[in-house]
Amino acid sequence: MAPALLWLTALMVVPCGLILALGFFRRGLYGGIDYTFTLENFALIIDPLYAGIFLTSARIAGLATLIAVVIGYAAAYAIAAAPRHRQPLLLFLAVLPFWSNYLIRTYAWIVLLNREGLITQALRMLGYEGEPPSMLYTEGAVITGLVYNYLPFVILACYAPLARLNPELAEASRDLGASAFTTFRRVILPMTLPGIAAGAVFVFVLSVGNFITPALLGGGRFQMMGNLIYAQFLTANDWPFGAAISMVLIAIMMGLLTLQAIAAEKGAGERREGANG
Amino acid sequence: MADRSPATRRSLAALLVAVFAFLYIPIVTLVALSFNEGGMPTAWTGFSVKWYSALMANRDILSAAINTLIVAVISTAIAAVLGTLLALGIETRRRKGRALEALVFAPMIIPDIVLAIALLSFFSLLKVPMGLHTIILSHVVFNLAFVSAVVRARLKSFDWSVTEASADLGAPAFTTFRRVTLPLILPAVIAGALLAFTLSVDEFIIAFFTAGAGRASTTLPMQIFAMIRFGVTPEINALATLVMIVSVTALTLSQRLNKGVLAP
Amino acid sequence: MTQQNPHFRLLLAGVAATGLAAAGPASAELVISNWDGYMAPDAVTAFTSETGEAAEMVVHATNEEIMGKLIASGGAGYDVVFVSSPFAEVLHNLDLLEPIDAGKVPNLVNLFPEAAALPHDPGNTFSVPYAWGTTGLCYRSDLVSPEPTSWNDLLHPAEAQVGKVTLLGTDRWLLAAGLLAHGLSVNETDQAKLDEVEADLIEAKKTMLAFDDTTFYSKLVSGEATLVHAWDGWCNYGIAENPAIKFMIPSEGSDLWVDTMVVMKASGNKDGAFKFINYILDAKNHAWAAENILYKVPNKPAMESLSPDMAATYPNMGMAPADLVALEQLRDVGEASRAYAKAVSAIKAAQ
Repeated sequence: MAPALLWLTALMVVPCGLILALGFFRRGLYGGIDYTFTLENFALIIDPLYAGIFLTSARIAGLATLIAVVIGYAAAYAIAAAPRHRQPLLLFLAVLPFWSNYLIRTYAWIVLLNREGLITQALRMLGYEGEPPSMLYTEGAVITGLVYNYLPFVILACYAPLARLNPELAEASRDLGASAFTTFRRVILPMTLPGIAAGAVFVFVLSVGNFITPALLGGGRFQMMGNLIYAQFLTANDWPFGAAISMVLIAIMMGLLTLQAIAAEKGAGERREGANG
Repeated sequence: MADRSPATRRSLAALLVAVFAFLYIPIVTLVALSFNEGGMPTAWTGFSVKWYSALMANRDILSAAINTLIVAVISTAIAAVLGTLLALGIETRRRKGRALEALVFAPMIIPDIVLAIALLSFFSLLKVPMGLHTIILSHVVFNLAFVSAVVRARLKSFDWSVTEASADLGAPAFTTFRRVTLPLILPAVIAGALLAFTLSVDEFIIAFFTAGAGRASTTLPMQIFAMIRFGVTPEINALATLVMIVSVTALTLSQRLNKGVLAP
Repeated sequence: MTQQNPHFRLLLAGVAATGLAAAGPASAELVISNWDGYMAPDAVTAFTSETGEAAEMVVHATNEEIMGKLIASGGAGYDVVFVSSPFAEVLHNLDLLEPIDAGKVPNLVNLFPEAAALPHDPGNTFSVPYAWGTTGLCYRSDLVSPEPTSWNDLLHPAEAQVGKVTLLGTDRWLLAAGLLAHGLSVNETDQAKLDEVEADLIEAKKTMLAFDDTTFYSKLVSGEATLVHAWDGWCNYGIAENPAIKFMIPSEGSDLWVDTMVVMKASGNKDGAFKFINYILDAKNHAWAAENILYKVPNKPAMESLSPDMAATYPNMGMAPADLVALEQLRDVGEASRAYAKAVSAIKAAQ
């Protein structure tokens, strides 16, 4: 196990530590690093411009997360409700697209959504003659791309607790006179919360840190934190600032994971209560 | 979960159909267009494989495909060994520290862009010349995490008394490993390796940042990104279809070998 | 711990394999990085057969992308790089460029006198101009009427064009559109003026389709866009596919951009690199490049050898060097480049 830990230390822990350190230095005039200690990169993060970018990307990522969780949870529920012998195949099919190339999956939406694309063609074939709708390069296109790419993961994350759910619990709840909705809200939902939380954290963090989807489907009109990091390293040549933004991203992720762990604890508590009661 | 009314069951089925349509229509569209003679999504002009032959004649794509295979095969092989050792190491420890768990889990959840720029800065500051080898070194990081996760899942249901029995019968530790432990966990190792291979073949962001100059270290996803940047072309559809076939095959094999890799 | 041995051996095998892979593709080939499609397709093979120097061409999508790579690697791995002149200035200031050895590039004499005295590098000491031109509006004359005259027709288009215009997304050209519309220098460094332009470009975002540096002419051809911010030569690609596409320089004026060839100090084969530049500057080769890429080249005998049909089909090919250098050249703006980057971030982030 030592070689593996060594590998992870050398090529993950040390580079990430380096990034943390870089955040405290100054950018040289023509890129590069001027090794003078400064807090200005972190001060820049609360500059209205960059704080605004973080908020916008949080909003877009939040919407994508919400939609992915609602659809993903419903799909996971439907899979868990299918006959037991069909479930593995259904789940495999739901997860399969997730493992195909991200760029290709995103590119497919360009083909579908552009003004002269397939959806417009289909509308014209159906007799639509007006101005084709503008679908690509909109916030909707970016969110669709994010939901599309991360939905399979949400389905997977929500399926596990749903499949473990003891059907007798729901039955007992109904027998005690609870409506289907109350049963869902009071029994099923709390017990599957850890799965939802895990899926949500994943979608949110990957969406906020994304730069490909906003670039390809947003026509460069939307900036996520990922685009900002990309720009600092590849266009603005301000590595220290890029490093500082990366640290913010990691901090957001750790904060959310802590919340998720709390949700998991709570879920475990509910399960214990459910088992006892 | 039984006892559902036919109406509920019908609506759940309809929901699944809608979700699968959403997941598969874009992919199926690309595959269909890759066989479209005219190449453009505007009209179907007849079945043709000419875009596939155009691909085969493209030196850049062939070289990128070979680079991708080199990266995926070598990084997967290293990750299979290291990841298995890691899984064995962790699962045989009595107390599992939180720090260790976090370290092993981190490569799977850390945003790609952060790992990518961390590695870029690291190689750049150490003046390590970048090329295929730096992509391989970097891919091992997340590949080994995935292999170890799959192997650990298998080890959790592993009956350690068989190794004790083997040791009691006087077998040296290595013999026990080779004759008892390895055969039992091998399907999981291979399944994990296939998963890692798929990830590596498709990985773009880290490769993009840690690659060196020129065709010598351009991988297929990097090539695809460059092509997409320059617009919608029929070759991309054909290339996308081929890349997806590779991923789907590796995953199906992985799933067959080790039920529960993708689904618990 | 006998158990460790086989593992260790496997590990060694893995490391050895990694080493092999690293050693495999390394070669003495010249690595030339250029924009995709910005050279005659046969240029590299023709160069190799003429000089015996093995070479490969790699592509970058934007100046910024190759700059990121060059700065990260200290230029290692590249021999000849094509970048626009302000970026060549930055590379020069970073001390990453090899001075041009005029003795090894005798074809430098083919350059127009104007191209040998450009403000960013008089006498071509660290960069050699490859192509030059200007930036303007490229539009579908069959779909845009009245025809555009001003940068404001792009930034604040008429109703029919709303949602059908694209802007170049890279820092310098995006800001140049706004700067020119405000009658300012394309190298303006005054923060208050930059703020004013930033606000105007944020406003322009509401009426545009997308930022686009690579596929705008195909958007024109397909009709996805009708009026785009374009480099003169790339508009010609659109004209080649649809003669209704036209290029014009807005009344407020425009920039002179110069794409240059530079040799990296880290190059292991500088003689080969100079041979390549000299090969390109050969009148016939440079003319062949112009015919392929449809951009003006700063090579006197090459331009004189082009068929007059060229300027008839693509009017901007006929623009005289004197008219070009009358436009303000894009220069490195030094410390202000941070302000430029910040303004562009603000524009792209605005909703």
